[in-house]
Amino acid sequence: MTDTLTPTQTPQLNPMFRLQWEQAQDSYVLLYPEGMVKLNGSAGEIMAMIDGQRDIAAISDQLMAKFPDAGDIRADILEFIGQAQQQNWITL
Amino acid sequence: MSACHGNPQQPAATIKPHGQPFWLLAELTYKCPLQCPYCSNPLDFAGQGEELSTEQWVEVFRQGRELGAVQLGFSGGEPLVRQDLVTLISEARELGYYSNLITSGVGLNERKIGEFRQAGLDHIQVSFQAADDEVNALLAGSKKAFAQKLAMAREVKAQGYPMVLNFVTHRHNIDQIDRIIELCIELEADYVELATCQYYGWGFENRDTLMPSHAQLERAERITNEYRDKLAAQGHPLKLIFVTPDYYEERPKGCMNGWGQVFLTVTPDGTALPCHSARMLPIEFPNVREHSLRHIWDESFGFNHYRGNDWMQEPCASCDEKEKDFGGCRCQAYMLTGDANATDPVCSKSPQHHKILAARTAAEQPVNTDFLYRNERNSRVFYKG
Repeated sequence: MTDTLTPTQTPQLNPMFRLQWEQAQDSYVLLYPEGMVKLNGSAGEIMAMIDGQRDIAAISDQLMAKFPDAGDIRADILEFIGQAQQQNWITL
Repeated sequence: MSACHGNPQQPAATIKPHGQPFWLLAELTYKCPLQCPYCSNPLDFAGQGEELSTEQWVEVFRQGRELGAVQLGFSGGEPLVRQDLVTLISEARELGYYSNLITSGVGLNERKIGEFRQAGLDHIQVSFQAADDEVNALLAGSKKAFAQKLAMAREVKAQGYPMVLNFVTHRHNIDQIDRIIELCIELEADYVELATCQYYGWGFENRDTLMPSHAQLERAERITNEYRDKLAAQGHPLKLIFVTPDYYEERPKGCMNGWGQVFLTVTPDGTALPCHSARMLPIEFPNVREHSLRHIWDESFGFNHYRGNDWMQEPCASCDEKEKDFGGCRCQAYMLTGDANATDPVCSKSPQHHKILAARTAAEQPVNTDFLYRNERNSRVFYKG
């Protein structure tokens, strides 16, 4: 599924989930009925950029500007977005 | 520590390792328009103390959030009976909870569903008793409930909520499992809990009229698995959660993921419990009117009592599975053996396992519907003793 993704696509959070910064977990979490997914650092940063407005290219540009030391992370972002889609966290 | 923490009547607690309470279950009221015979509320609910006020609940939510709680369940009884529900939802949202309304749907309407959404409610779980009105009415003790539930489930989806449908299954409806699943597909549920009845509170009193036979259970599990395969092949998002009854297991459940580890219940009168059944145990539990939630969670006698392994007897004490199942359920051990420290008799290693085997044998007997319904009148019998 991931190989069909293109940078011009715009991901949107599945309304089944709520994303929020959770101080007690020191991470972003995805909340859903009676459960929670704790996101790792990079997954949280990517998910927090998904607003249904930015396309994948814009998300990548902004994250690379925010984390200049990370280098070219466009392929990693694309891969994560593919995984997030498979998990049903987002729609494209 | 403030003076209010020093209740001289309470035995000193040894504080044992524990996590944060992830789940806060707010049982807002014991009032309920239905009379389901498997209800896990205490038998003597009619004699419980005064309900917490709006302000007291909000304070409980605030303190729970400080302890790290994220999931908040509005439960009961029927939480819709509380006139301040919109206020409670909006305060919970403000505090950052993911809030779940666990309701029978009776008392709900289109306007309220909209108001709750606006106030920040995240999810509504509607419980059904069966897939048709006849069986539903038999179990709920209400003839009109089923049509109301269908209408409300449709409205919940129409207003954009994620929806979990909960079916408590037992010998009177488990053979309808295919119709139950079809109904959930039709109602566009996101998750379905096919929760085989557990025997606590009223459910324990009605165990012999509720417990499905082994053959019924196997059939239901097989059909559920067939539907799972079919839904997966279609790419259908519906998730079916089948909760196996522990009475048909050889090892006990790891109850509540460990005593006082992730789960905190507050009952209508403010008693704090490590699970919603624990009130039946011969242990003193703290009340949020007298103690802070932090004291209750971290330091109270009741919440530390079954943390860790020190309390265990044989065969649990030397068992290599004790870290996995924590000796099973304390309430079940108490109900079935009279000793809350005993091994849960579900375990085949328990010297009392024959009590579970006897219940399985009883479940092979012909069906009867001689229920003890969960209502005020029946509850007063238990209250007066």
